[in-house]
Amino acid sequence: MELLEVRNLKTYFKTQKGMVKAVDDVSCSLSYGKVLGLVGESGCGKTTTALSIANLLPPEGRIVGGEVLLEGEDLMGLSAGKLRKKRWKEVSIVFQGAMNALNPVMKVGLQIAEVLMLHDKLTYEQAMIRTKELFKLVEIDEERVNQYPHEFSGGMKQRAMIAMALACNPKIIIGDEPTTALDVMVQAQILNLLEKLKNEINMGLILITHDLSVLGEICDDVAVMYAGKIVEKGKVEDIFENHQHPYTYKLMNAFPNIYGERKLSDSIPGNPPNLLEPPSGCRFHPRCEFADERCKTKEPMLAEVGHRHFAACHYGGVFK
Amino acid sequence: MKRSYVIKKVLQALLTIAAILIFNYFLFRIMPGDPLQSVMRNPKATPEAVERLKALYGLNDPWYLQFWIYIKHLFQGDLGMSFLYKKPVYEVIGTRLLPTILMVGLAEVLAIISGIIMGIMAAVRRGKSVDVASLSFSLITYAMPTFWLGIILVSIFSVSLHLLPTTGLLTPGQTYSSTFAMLADGIRHLILPTLTMSLVLIGEYALLMRNTLIDVLTEDYITTAYAKGFKEDYVIKKHAVPNATLPMITIIAMNLGLVIGGAIQVETIFSWPGIGRLMYDALTARDYPLLQGIFLMITVCVIIANLLADLTYGYLDPRVKQ
Repeated sequence: MELLEVRNLKTYFKTQKGMVKAVDDVSCSLSYGKVLGLVGESGCGKTTTALSIANLLPPEGRIVGGEVLLEGEDLMGLSAGKLRKKRWKEVSIVFQGAMNALNPVMKVGLQIAEVLMLHDKLTYEQAMIRTKELFKLVEIDEERVNQYPHEFSGGMKQRAMIAMALACNPKIIIGDEPTTALDVMVQAQILNLLEKLKNEINMGLILITHDLSVLGEICDDVAVMYAGKIVEKGKVEDIFENHQHPYTYKLMNAFPNIYGERKLSDSIPGNPPNLLEPPSGCRFHPRCEFADERCKTKEPMLAEVGHRHFAACHYGGVFK
Repeated sequence: MKRSYVIKKVLQALLTIAAILIFNYFLFRIMPGDPLQSVMRNPKATPEAVERLKALYGLNDPWYLQFWIYIKHLFQGDLGMSFLYKKPVYEVIGTRLLPTILMVGLAEVLAIISGIIMGIMAAVRRGKSVDVASLSFSLITYAMPTFWLGIILVSIFSVSLHLLPTTGLLTPGQTYSSTFAMLADGIRHLILPTLTMSLVLIGEYALLMRNTLIDVLTEDYITTAYAKGFKEDYVIKKHAVPNATLPMITIIAMNLGLVIGGAIQVETIFSWPGIGRLMYDALTARDYPLLQGIFLMITVCVIIANLLADLTYGYLDPRVKQ
């Protein structure tokens, strides 16, 4: 049994102008002790996918279809109370930009302790002891439990967030750009920490990022998202070295290569599509230099192009 | 809280009070109208009599000497004599202080509590009927002129229903069988002015609370709190409200300072013997010393209230302490 399986997830946002199909038919899975990377441009639905897993969408957002199976149990079918018991205990989230993810008027230690008191039924004293252990684990001076978020540096806040995410020994941690806005040294520290912890407690990790170097470093599998859909997914080597979708290809080329010439990387022409009225056919066709009539009218399905390697392109691989 | 923060804030407040003293003094010197006229109330006074009076009040002295005397007397607790009441100003103000603090203070407390509760309910159920109802209520009462609202309440509760008295602190000429009976009579008199006053204030508090809370609810740490598996009640109470009360403190403190100043409109309508009413009387009678004394007291109260707000803020928001 897979640790987590997301099947045909559809999350739409109701706006005044109409339905925004932020996540449209997304399927992916995660095994114990593995890291799944979700990559794509801003607004492609990465974060919405993550929030949908624990059903944490804002009031305008609704999951209109699909299943989220955590060890075989569909989270969508759970009552609000049962789902609350699973949140953080089984699936915790390290939010994007930990700058605002911590409550500014509450001591950091208490923000971690409160979750232990809720799920593990610890007393305040026990929870604080455990919080100090967690601080040690993420290499923050344990005296800092009584400090407020503004007394922490950016990297420390992010590590405190990770400590919080680890508090109840969850089965899955979702890292929503956990290293964005941090300098490379801190970034490396945090990634190492996540990888180490993942191996130690055999949990699954979903890493949302638009930083390809992060992906290459610690992911086992990668899913590339474009305009609310997964356009390619597979093992990290396949995605990096044997990509079959033009968008993945463009994404890889947009990233500077330290061994290559010193030139400005290619950008992908055009803008991400408007999800109120997504393009017909293949959603990437207006920006794809290989697109033809067929791409404009017929939507390509995810098709197996290799062992556990899927791509949604009519010309899978042959465009190069 | 850091001691340096407290000291800094106290010094700032003292400096402001000093500036107010100077401003307050000269404001009354440049105001139109001749103080002698108000004292004498006799247009046919002989020039000799005017001169005598000028000498008596020290009006012939140069301005800096007058100012020096004013400051000196002030530190001795002497605010001058009221023209109207022929009694020391501090004594006149003293007798009016309690009714005002009682009425406006009670109204503030009621308005703050119900305003905050209304604001929270509206923000949490944003767009639902609770929100629409509380928003309409707040906007209507906020926009209503105080004197008009007071008169309407009088016409309903006193004139039509004969439930409550219209004016004063107690029923005039009444003899009471016990202190309890007197207290009951006082409370009956207190209801209408307090109600008017708090209705006027609720809207402001409810609207501010609602808007700040709506902003706070979109913050990332609120999503974090929900992701941690907490119930809505807990998230609102422990994470959202503490963050949303910060702007409330400022506005509450500013209004609390004005409590002492009383509410001229409410006190006038209900003939409530408070500071607001006194200010109105002093103004119509051109009783400069009394007016000056009231102004000084109100400004000092506002400054003290602001100082308290700063200190509370420093206590509630850890970021301010630094």
